[in-house]
Amino acid sequence: MTAAPDVSAAPGQVPVAHGLAAPPAPWRLLLRKPTFLIGALILLFWIACAIFGRAIAPHDPLAQDLLATNSPPSGAHPFGVDSIGRDVLSRVIVGARDILLIAPLATLLGTVLGTVLGLAMGYFGGIVDTLVGRVVEAVLALPVVIVAFLFIVAVGPSPLTLIVVVGFIFTPLIARTVRTAVLVEGQQDYLASARLLGERPGYIMFAEILPNVFPVIVVEFTVRLGYAIFAVATLSFLGFGVQQPTPDWGGDIAANYVLLGAGYWWETLFAALAIASLVMALNLVTDAIEQVISS
Amino acid sequence: MTDQGAAEESPHGVPAGPGGPSLQKAPRGRPAEPAEPAPRGFPGGRPPGPAEPTLDVANLDVTYRVRGQNRPAIRNVSFQIGNRESYGLVGESGSGKSTVALALTRYLPRNGLVTSGSVSIAGRDVLALSGSALRALRARTVSMVYQEPGRALNPSIRAGRQIAEVFEIAGLDRQTSTDRAEDMLRKVQIPDPGQVMNRYPHQLSGGMAQRVIIAMALAAEPSLLILDEPTTALDATVEAEVLDLVAGLRADMATSVLFISHNLAVIAKMCDRVGVLYAGELVEEGPASVVFDQPSHPYTVGLLRCIPRRGQRKDHGRLDAIPGFQPAPGQDITGCIYADRCALVIDECRTSPPPPFGIGPDHSARCFRHEEAEGLPRSTPADASLPAPPNADDPIVTLRGLSTTYKNAGSELKALSGIDLTIMRGETLGLVGESGSGKTTLARALLGLVVPDPGSVLEFDGSPLPADLRRRPRQLLRAVQIVFQNPDSALNRRHSVRRLISRPLSRLAGLSGSRLAERLADLVRSVRLEQRHLSLRPGQLSGGLKQRVAIARAFGGGPRLVVCDEPTSALDVSVQAAILNLLADLQAKEQVTYLFISHDLGVVRYLSDRIAVLYLGRLMEVGPAETVFAGPHHPYTEALLSAVPSLDGQRRERIRLAGEIPSAATPPSGCVFHTRCPRKLSTGVCETTEPPLAEVEPGHLMSCHIPVEELRRLQETPR
Amino acid sequence: MTRYLLRRIGLAIVTLWILSVIVFFAGQVLPGDPGRAVLGPFASQSAVRQLDHQLGVGRPLVTQYLSWIGGLLHGNMGFSSEYRSPVAPFVVTAIGNSAKLAVLALVIIIPFGIAGGVLAALYTGRGVDRTISLGGLAASTVPEFVSGIVVIIIFGVALKVFPYPTGSLSGLSAPSQLDHLILPVIPLVLVLFGYIARMARAGTIEALESDYARTAILKGLPRSVVIRRHILRNSLLPTITVIATQTGYLIGGLVVVEQLFSYQGIGRLILSAATHKDFAMLEAGVLVIGIVYMVATLIADVLYTLLNPRLRVGVSG
Repeated sequence: MTAAPDVSAAPGQVPVAHGLAAPPAPWRLLLRKPTFLIGALILLFWIACAIFGRAIAPHDPLAQDLLATNSPPSGAHPFGVDSIGRDVLSRVIVGARDILLIAPLATLLGTVLGTVLGLAMGYFGGIVDTLVGRVVEAVLALPVVIVAFLFIVAVGPSPLTLIVVVGFIFTPLIARTVRTAVLVEGQQDYLASARLLGERPGYIMFAEILPNVFPVIVVEFTVRLGYAIFAVATLSFLGFGVQQPTPDWGGDIAANYVLLGAGYWWETLFAALAIASLVMALNLVTDAIEQVISS
Repeated sequence: MTDQGAAEESPHGVPAGPGGPSLQKAPRGRPAEPAEPAPRGFPGGRPPGPAEPTLDVANLDVTYRVRGQNRPAIRNVSFQIGNRESYGLVGESGSGKSTVALALTRYLPRNGLVTSGSVSIAGRDVLALSGSALRALRARTVSMVYQEPGRALNPSIRAGRQIAEVFEIAGLDRQTSTDRAEDMLRKVQIPDPGQVMNRYPHQLSGGMAQRVIIAMALAAEPSLLILDEPTTALDATVEAEVLDLVAGLRADMATSVLFISHNLAVIAKMCDRVGVLYAGELVEEGPASVVFDQPSHPYTVGLLRCIPRRGQRKDHGRLDAIPGFQPAPGQDITGCIYADRCALVIDECRTSPPPPFGIGPDHSARCFRHEEAEGLPRSTPADASLPAPPNADDPIVTLRGLSTTYKNAGSELKALSGIDLTIMRGETLGLVGESGSGKTTLARALLGLVVPDPGSVLEFDGSPLPADLRRRPRQLLRAVQIVFQNPDSALNRRHSVRRLISRPLSRLAGLSGSRLAERLADLVRSVRLEQRHLSLRPGQLSGGLKQRVAIARAFGGGPRLVVCDEPTSALDVSVQAAILNLLADLQAKEQVTYLFISHDLGVVRYLSDRIAVLYLGRLMEVGPAETVFAGPHHPYTEALLSAVPSLDGQRRERIRLAGEIPSAATPPSGCVFHTRCPRKLSTGVCETTEPPLAEVEPGHLMSCHIPVEELRRLQETPR
Repeated sequence: MTRYLLRRIGLAIVTLWILSVIVFFAGQVLPGDPGRAVLGPFASQSAVRQLDHQLGVGRPLVTQYLSWIGGLLHGNMGFSSEYRSPVAPFVVTAIGNSAKLAVLALVIIIPFGIAGGVLAALYTGRGVDRTISLGGLAASTVPEFVSGIVVIIIFGVALKVFPYPTGSLSGLSAPSQLDHLILPVIPLVLVLFGYIARMARAGTIEALESDYARTAILKGLPRSVVIRRHILRNSLLPTITVIATQTGYLIGGLVVVEQLFSYQGIGRLILSAATHKDFAMLEAGVLVIGIVYMVATLIADVLYTLLNPRLRVGVSG
């Protein structure tokens, strides 16, 4: 379509250029990034462990072989045996399940509630905004882990409690991020334009603003997911998360780290490496997503 | 304090005499010399000058690497600037004019690369300089003034220190540097330089900050001063002052100037010679007066026709817009870069790139048909379908005592103060004013986006208009709509064009199904979009197309009053013309009334039937467009008119406003304009009493203590 | 300026009050009978009731809250049900121990974090930057007890170069104390490094891309002067605030690290108070942490205001 401009065009007819080429789909850009691929691969591995853990694991993660207590890595037990005779490898594999269930659900809960709250705070402003802002500030004064265990001590630990508590703690934090993004959008004329069409606040918040702040929410979700894993693992380590004897990385470390001084390193190291690899894989994926969104 | 005489001598011991030290000519042949060297110099040629030019750019090619692809930004550009000469580089956005400036100072972004050509400044081959030699060049030989003065200064360092730094680089001690910095501030006519020295940039107004930058740039007495859109971010009256300052300083200093701007009139005013840049190519070059009076490239011809000039008005006919678009960056071009948009295009244009043809002394154009360029056929027919002349006494909007106050952290800002204004049915009322005048607040109050102070009266079509948008019934919502300045902000970038235009049809016009589709198609046609644009998002459209979508959205509900808030000021001149034509056509077709807000007097004059002038939230003058332009004017209007550089040569008797626009938070007493008014009465009445807005001629209202006959006499007598 | 300070302090007090309410009522919903928790299952009902009365259990919550807050204002933090003695001495000792750990962590992390971030910014997109950025991100999201375990295994168990567990520092000489603190400080430093480096990097990149940086470079200033005088001054200002907000994370990390290394700090204190349902101890400990955080952010805000001419001088004609 490189025809000569039609000089004798109809009155006022302005030839119009083609729309610029559409940018390539974001997921295509993602697949080109090696860091994303490595991260996604590790993530998929742990997800597979979470789903098929019992089937993959060489031993029953709960079975105690009291004769093998504290035995170091060997052919039968590649990761060794823990202080009450359980196979460490099996516990590491099955241990992926709870954290990979709890952390994403908690993050999802926090993101959904936080988005709604943040949209309302940013769009309406005023007294609600101020009040919620103060409470957020007060909660922020305490480390997340402390707030979480205060609540868990009150309610008693269970996976559901963990999801709700971590989700609720994330809600104001995510709301704050969404609110800031909404305030930036609030300076755009398309909101005035929508109001001039008589659009209702609900439509403006969810149909006009939400699509525009969605990238921010996606990034926030992935970043918060990392924190959720951090928080859930830490709470388990402190004894407020997944309870023994359920296989769990944080809990297993808590149960065995006192024996480090005696040299039984395998009982904690592999669970620690599992957490580290999960978190780092998530970081690689998050970093890649963030780069693609911001480019 | 150093005496004035010391300024004559360069602080670096480098003689600043004509041409500078005659260094050996830099080798021309850079590694990547284009296979086919374009003719240098001009066939019609200027005789080779006795001295070496201050700036010599030869066959410059600059490429940006974007996503692994090379996108040429500058193609084979050559030009020279002689000693003490002022050269203007003019072009629209995307023409590469700022890239030229960056390439000259070797400050291209990381993905930018000079692929061939050479740049020599004062005899030094800039592209071959080592790091330290480049620093020395930047310190002594070339300086730059930027578009956004506020951001070009370091926010955490006092203004004086930032200027003094230039002297310190040259090896002067701290005290001497400080003294010299203060001298420089005096030179750029800053009142009370001692105080300004100690200010932080955020305490300076835009005009003041730009003076500080100019002082900084001239401190080293450079051989070449590059001004990159130096007044684009400033208000008209401040711009006029800064331009006068630069012109004045140039007369005193041995500095050559490269002046980069999109504004042809500014270039015409400031420059001896001018180069017209299009899509990275210099399409025409010559003495400013010749290029603007007898342009020889179809692009220059088209550009000049896009601008409403010589009092042109919509009833004189349409503006002649340039069809099509600048080629996308990185597009392969075999022939003439302008061929796709040119009405004179012939086969040859598509196969071989035209060399610069010499036309007259020192005047050349890259066009095979340069001889016929001035007779370029119109691309837009002149016949305009005119709206019926508005009824002079049939108001559609009446504002009485409209005041608006913004409250922020305990302080109050009165953006509008007691505005009485009527808008007549079917007319275009132009609203003119500088920043802080309240013109946008007035628009927003009319739309119900800003709630005015109690006691303000708004009427629409004879009945009260609820101040708050949320209380307006649907028929009032659809009656008053707006076209915003910036379509990027006004259109939701996540919605498709179809959704953007359909929404007012369903919300306001209550259409659905096939009737909606029908009206949508109709609307798309009337703003000259195409069906295939409907599935795109705003980000995939050019600026002009986006503004068409915004216009379609405003017209979707069948409005009776459309507020146009600077609808073309974010657009290039060639696009602006098409939008202005469209607005005029739509007004005729849909019988709407316009409130047209702009800072561009030429545009306002072209479109408006009546004009209202605002200053610090008060109406200074209201009247029929031709009366307001012909005079007698309110002194502020007079200052505005004489501030705007004109392409037409007919320079007005100039009055200049001293000082800055006062803050609306602390308006002056009496007549708010008295602090800057050059015609202020000596009786003192201007300082104490606010003049009423009174009718001085039929339909012509003015708020001034000076009797209108006196104003007429003052403004007619040349001084 | 003074007005701003007063306003800022006022806000901090309001926030602290909200925090005290949250902490107090969160403590109240803890299940169980404090008296019973202290005296054990075999104590007589009357003894439990007497202790409950002593602890103020059963009175209206508002009264309890008022007497608790009143006591706090007089320096009385309450009575520990676990240790059957006043809370204050425990909290004071614990805070002192934690402070040693926290200050050491900050002393290490601030220069390294800033230097790392600035270095990454100066080489944006190159290897150095990718390493620092991704490494920092990883370090900041790996929980302290995970890196702690690795550190213990390598340096404490395999190489035996540093003492593990850390235990109590009392009676140790200063160099020996330092020796004991090295291992627990590493996980804290790792987590904070990522945050501070990332902020410093972002600030520096923004400054490098600014118009004023272009002005400085095109003035012909040497690169080192541009960076020192024009870039860092503007880019490190926001980092100050970040460091202050990181005290929150630092304290969260203390809970974990002190537990892992058996170190008697405030974190371990409230953790054990929580598990033993020692409300007075828990509430006092948590509130003290809140105060520390508030003071840290307050100092940072004041510092930021003092260093930022835009806020210090205000806009005037």
